[in-house]
Amino acid sequence: MIAFNARSTWTIYKREVMRALRTAMQSILGPVLTTVLYFVVFGAAIGSKMDSGMAGVNYGAFIVPGLLLLTLLSESTSNGSFGIYMPRFTGAIYELLSAPVGVAETLIGFVGAAATKSLILAAIILTTATFFVDYTVAHPFYALGFILLVSASFSLFGFILGIWADSFEKLGIVPVLFIVPLTFLGGTFYSIDLLPEPWRSVAMANPVVYLVNGLRWCFYGSSDFPIGLSLGMTLGFLALCISFIAWIFRTGWRLRA
Amino acid sequence: MELSPVSRITRSMEPILEISGLTKTYAGGFTALQGVDLTINKGEIFALLGPNGAGKTTLIGAVCGLVRPSSGTIRAFGEDMTHGWRALRARIGLVPQELATDMFETVLHSVNYSRGLFGLAPDAARIEEILRALSLWDKRKSQIRALSGGMKRRVLIAKALAHEPDLLFLDEPTAGVDVELRRDMWAQIAQLRDRGTTIILTTHYIEEAEEMADRVGIIQAGSIRMVEDTRSLMKRLGRTEAHIGLPVPLPAIPAALADYNLTLADDGLELVYRGGDGSGGGKAQVAQLTKDLVANGIDYTAIDIRESSLEDIFVDLLEGAAA
Ligand SMILES: Nc1ncnc2c1ncn2[C@@H]1O[C@H](COP(=O)(O)OP(=O)(O)O)[C@@H](O)[C@H]1O
Ligand SMILES: [Mg+2]
Repeated sequence: MIAFNARSTWTIYKREVMRALRTAMQSILGPVLTTVLYFVVFGAAIGSKMDSGMAGVNYGAFIVPGLLLLTLLSESTSNGSFGIYMPRFTGAIYELLSAPVGVAETLIGFVGAAATKSLILAAIILTTATFFVDYTVAHPFYALGFILLVSASFSLFGFILGIWADSFEKLGIVPVLFIVPLTFLGGTFYSIDLLPEPWRSVAMANPVVYLVNGLRWCFYGSSDFPIGLSLGMTLGFLALCISFIAWIFRTGWRLRA
Repeated sequence: MELSPVSRITRSMEPILEISGLTKTYAGGFTALQGVDLTINKGEIFALLGPNGAGKTTLIGAVCGLVRPSSGTIRAFGEDMTHGWRALRARIGLVPQELATDMFETVLHSVNYSRGLFGLAPDAARIEEILRALSLWDKRKSQIRALSGGMKRRVLIAKALAHEPDLLFLDEPTAGVDVELRRDMWAQIAQLRDRGTTIILTTHYIEEAEEMADRVGIIQAGSIRMVEDTRSLMKRLGRTEAHIGLPVPLPAIPAALADYNLTLADDGLELVYRGGDGSGGGKAQVAQLTKDLVANGIDYTAIDIRESSLEDIFVDLLEGAAA
């Protein structure tokens, strides 16, 4: 008996990536444009008027990791969720459920495609950012690894969301209601050291704070927390998502009647 | 359908699917299948016949992995599905009742995807053959949403055939397909069987089962009521009915005709014969009856003979079950 169907996995992955390219205008151009607007307004315009930088870099450069993360989190979540929600919604999921594929093939196929899309986005955003702000990347390999980890984790989170949601409303509400506010409040535009107590302690309960700081460390070699803590939090979240999805496939929750 | 010739696999009694004690109670508490036992033989066309809500789609879903059985066992190709599902599912194809697929994809992409999803290497020649056989080759570059309903259904059939399954489920393949196309589809299904694919189809149309199935199973309220050879079922339950119009009213059925199963209309102007076994015995008896009528000096102006269909049998059975 085959335990893993590599060809099926590749087929799912390829199709999901192609589906993304089919809607490239919406799925790539949109987020890139939004992020560029942030760079123009906060980095180039406002940032240039601010004298003191945070993390020892100018403000425009300081916000690059946070803005990148803002896009990565919301895009990974929505890509991950749409990929699996659409076939559930149209009924086309019958084919996947009747195919010789299990949780591993499905996850690597769908989540891998969503994460790939996020990586493409990240590359475009970082390239575009060089036109507006001067920034450096202190630890490029850590940065790549961290971006990969975050993209995969939140694509997985999106996948769970896409299985949980039973309406387009629910599908759209989670990124808007949770991801975006948590990212904004998670130190995208500021160092949480600037916050007075008790707000600093409250902010530390926000998991996104650790992600933003982790990526900031990769860029500038310093952040509000040690990198180990950021990595630990991200890996913990990844493990949590994977266990939950394994449970979904074992019980058939919202997939099999 | 112009599929390449493959030696006709004769029907055997070798089981390809063995379902026993299959029960499904949905989350809401509704029991859609109650202890279904069913064996499908290799190479046959089996028609699962039953009214809406009888549990046909649920039964198919349980075999194909869309529905989790509450209890019972399903064995396919001699192996238990719960253990060998990965290898077994690769040999099973499903054409669902609903036209559900990514409508923005092109026909060719969609069918190639199905083949890869089931773990098979791309095979352009095989896919072309399938698409040509289903008259979809010219439409291979069209988005599925641009096709007619009948073509969309054929795309789903092509998708299910893309991985060359040995066992194919067709859930109401001709629902909503007009009469002409329905005949085409029957021919296509028959050719699949000729290539050695075992076919299980569900249908509302009794004519469909009668026309093409080797065996018929009747399901109602989640239970299989009966499984029988289509021909022997017709023979056992088939009836010939003859309506004989008379120019002058008869006061009563003449004693000389007492051996026939006859009834006389209230106005005395029509004799009705019911009998036979669906295999021609009834017609022979009607022929004899006409001679006896003449011999007894009873004239007639019209004879209307009809064979009752599986439909009538089905209605009788269900009425009997309800009573
Ligand atoms: N997911 C579901 N949850 C609850 N009940 C269902 C579900 N799917 C089907 N049913 C019920 O189970 C019964 C059998 O349905 P189905 O198998 O679709 O019948 P058929 O295909 O013979 O028309 C119906 O009464 C239907 O309402
Ligand atoms: Mg049905």
